[in-house]
Amino acid sequence: MCGTCGCGSDNNGPVILKPGEHKHSHTEHHHDGHTHSHNDHHHEGHTHTHDLSHDHKHKILEIEQDILQNNQVLAARNRGYFEAKNIFALNMVSSPGSGKTSILERTLADLKETIPFYVIEGDQQTLNDANRIDALNIPVIQINTGKGCHLESDMVYEAVKRLNIEDNAILMIENVGNLVCPSMFDLGESKRVVIISTTEGEDKPIKYPDMFHTSDICIINKIDLLPYVNIDIEKLKNYALQVNPNLQFFEISATTGEGMDEWYKWLKKNMI
Amino acid sequence: MHELSIALGIVKIAEDETAKANAKKVTKIELIIGELSGVEIESLNFVWQSAIKDSVLEFSEKEIIIIKGKGKCIDCDTEFDMEFIYDTCPKCNSNFKGILQGKELRVKALEVI
Repeated sequence: MCGTCGCGSDNNGPVILKPGEHKHSHTEHHHDGHTHSHNDHHHEGHTHTHDLSHDHKHKILEIEQDILQNNQVLAARNRGYFEAKNIFALNMVSSPGSGKTSILERTLADLKETIPFYVIEGDQQTLNDANRIDALNIPVIQINTGKGCHLESDMVYEAVKRLNIEDNAILMIENVGNLVCPSMFDLGESKRVVIISTTEGEDKPIKYPDMFHTSDICIINKIDLLPYVNIDIEKLKNYALQVNPNLQFFEISATTGEGMDEWYKWLKKNMI
Repeated sequence: MHELSIALGIVKIAEDETAKANAKKVTKIELIIGELSGVEIESLNFVWQSAIKDSVLEFSEKEIIIIKGKGKCIDCDTEFDMEFIYDTCPKCNSNFKGILQGKELRVKALEVI
């Protein structure tokens, strides 16, 4: 990994696995048709002097190119694929431990007889989440980002190629647990869903505004814990609406099932 | 810390454009970064050296042009400076606004030889 930052490098880049598959050498996976821009990453600190000598060979290239363009181009490609196949794709984002995987488990268990679901799990390490989804007999792919702190559209592109998603389905993409970095990276999703739990504190939306700003839906999870925690849900919602006045809320408990029906109604409505 | 991804994205753009122009290396790169873009300039500077090592940018000078955040209230049309993405309209207090500038994240120009 990069000694200073923690993003993936050649030896620690993303690995895409199905439950039961083994992690081969990273190099092998890099030749698996996967391309990304994390190559040639080095660790040594480096000092140099700027070569400012100007001579007649200098040329100015006015390129005006968006830095995230690569990610956006592939995200658009994903989005076109999803739209053509009527796949409703959700990018689930939150801090670690807010209950993304538990919400998925409950939703899949309750709706899998009526809606075809597919899941992409993003974590830095382990197949644990994919195994939890696999236990429900739902097709799932795990992306291990190594030291990477977010999913990017090329990883989703590669994962989707291996999922063989049928038409008229829901794809749940569980992003790496991180309330900062994933906000900048469009995956091609139909909607972005940010999850916050009642144990997290009501000012999170203004502490991490970018994520709430770019999301369409806000799920407030663990409402069964409300009697035991010191949180004002209305205040939380007001903070969130201050960041993004268009947010739509669902208050749920993935543990008790409370509030899940509204969420299911919304999912079904978007399937049409 | 997504700034390394951003830095590597910049390196990729510089590599591609330098090759297209049949140039050898970049002597100066100009970046445009908005204050509401989600990129911390300090973090970007922190990862910069390791990102550009062995690339066409390795010995380049980097100039960052910072764009201040500006919004326009949807309810009362007031234009105002934004420090944070959740800033409300100073006149009517509305949360509904369009962001006029500050989300920029671009490579503006490269000076190559």
